[in-house]
Amino acid sequence: MIVAERKPLREITEMLQGKQRVLVVGCNTCVTICMAGGRKEVAVLASALRLAGIEHVGEETVERQCDLEFLDPLTKLGGYDCLLSTACGIGVQLLSDLFPNLPVYPALNTTFLGVNEDLGLWSERCQSCGDCVLDRTGGICPIARCSKSLLNGPCGGSQDGKCEVNGDVDCAWQLIYDRLEARGELDRLETIFLPKDWSHSRDGGPRRIRREDVAL
Amino acid sequence: MKAGSRLEKVLAAGHFAVCGEMGPPRSADAEAIRKKAQYFRGYVDAVNVTDNQTAVVRVSSIASCLILQEEGIEPVVQMTCRDRNRLAIQSDLLGAAALGLKNILCLTGDHQSFGDHPTAKNVYDIDSIQLIWGLDQMRNGRFMGGEEIKVPPRFFIGGAANPFGDPFPMRVTRLAKKVQAGCDFIQTQVVFDVPRFAKWMEQVRDRGLHEKVYIMAGVLPTRSVRALRYMQQDVAGVTVPDEYIRRMEQAADPAEEGVKMAVELIQQLKEIEGVAGVHLMPVMWESIIPRLVEEAGLYPRPAVDDD
Repeated sequence: MIVAERKPLREITEMLQGKQRVLVVGCNTCVTICMAGGRKEVAVLASALRLAGIEHVGEETVERQCDLEFLDPLTKLGGYDCLLSTACGIGVQLLSDLFPNLPVYPALNTTFLGVNEDLGLWSERCQSCGDCVLDRTGGICPIARCSKSLLNGPCGGSQDGKCEVNGDVDCAWQLIYDRLEARGELDRLETIFLPKDWSHSRDGGPRRIRREDVAL
Repeated sequence: MKAGSRLEKVLAAGHFAVCGEMGPPRSADAEAIRKKAQYFRGYVDAVNVTDNQTAVVRVSSIASCLILQEEGIEPVVQMTCRDRNRLAIQSDLLGAAALGLKNILCLTGDHQSFGDHPTAKNVYDIDSIQLIWGLDQMRNGRFMGGEEIKVPPRFFIGGAANPFGDPFPMRVTRLAKKVQAGCDFIQTQVVFDVPRFAKWMEQVRDRGLHEKVYIMAGVLPTRSVRALRYMQQDVAGVTVPDEYIRRMEQAADPAEEGVKMAVELIQQLKEIEGVAGVHLMPVMWESIIPRLVEEAGLYPRPAVDDD
């Protein structure tokens, strides 16, 4: 899922300076699961904004803010100065496209593609590089999970299974080593991984997929 | 001869090589580079100049190396993958070759979060093994992208190895990959834990790698217990056994003890089969180099033919 976290209230109230009629728009998908921008978080944020002195704060949560199909009900609402989206950056942008004359502000920082590891703990798993290497790395992504995105094994800073950058972070290459060792596939680590083609990643410019098989 | 550098000639002739290392200044002070360089003159075969080490901005390695070369001291350019993509790296190293710089040490680079610009975006387009592979391509007349280089650069390609990083079995695997990628010489992380280093060298010999690449063991002279503790606790990938900390604590003159320890380490490392030289990293203590090299019995340095 897309994992996000809410911006500090002060940053949000600064964005909303001068606005008296604000519609907070939540999303029922990823940000609900990561407890950053679902119906419940919309209610909490709306109350805080009322306490901060905003006259009228409306609340609406849609099924998927990244899908126009679910945004139709919003077009029937009127009388707002601006929208405050508690979806990921995709939702914020789609709302902005839908309401080009209305400011749409982001209430969240979209942080990464990841998993819920434990109560209150989410962590990154994928950088959507567009050219998956997980078949070669024991199902653990070194691009997303190694601080330096190394493809040929751990740097010199891997110590006792932890990353040099932060002792709370597992060294991705230690995890890969342990996994491949358990599977009896350590020989995979002997092959040189040549420079990666990053053109499928963000480096190639904004990406799009067009599929003739599903086009009308 | 791959590049015909002095370092390559010393190693190829079977001499026990000695390299030094210096960090360039954090300002446009060329004199500081020339001054530091004098401590190494005649006492080492080549001097590495770091590339924004610990991710702190300094005079570039290539510019500093050119100054060393003008001073008649053979330099080793360090190149990390943190700050440059494959275009910038190849362009800078073509420039280095055009300036007559031949020895290139390929490194991953310390993460920028350690340095003076922790909010910077990092690059890591390629890693150190891919960099070695790329330089080998270049000296064989091809850019990393595959196109022909009409006048190929002559590089003597180096890499680093850290026998103290984890997972331990991966350490010799990484070395093997560097050798396969085209690495000519290795400079290791600072050694204090000689038994672990010896164990790593055993694995290196088991795979015959010591016959394919020159391995130079890293030695760092320290002059205070504080510096040694810092190495033990705060430098990623360095291990310092407690016994050395105790020795420094009990020493009447810590600087003297530091020299003694470094000389002992050099002598122990020299005895290990497959070690082709030492790489001395006198962080902020360059002036100790002449004494250290003499007391370790490595002075004078061998003469080799000029190109």
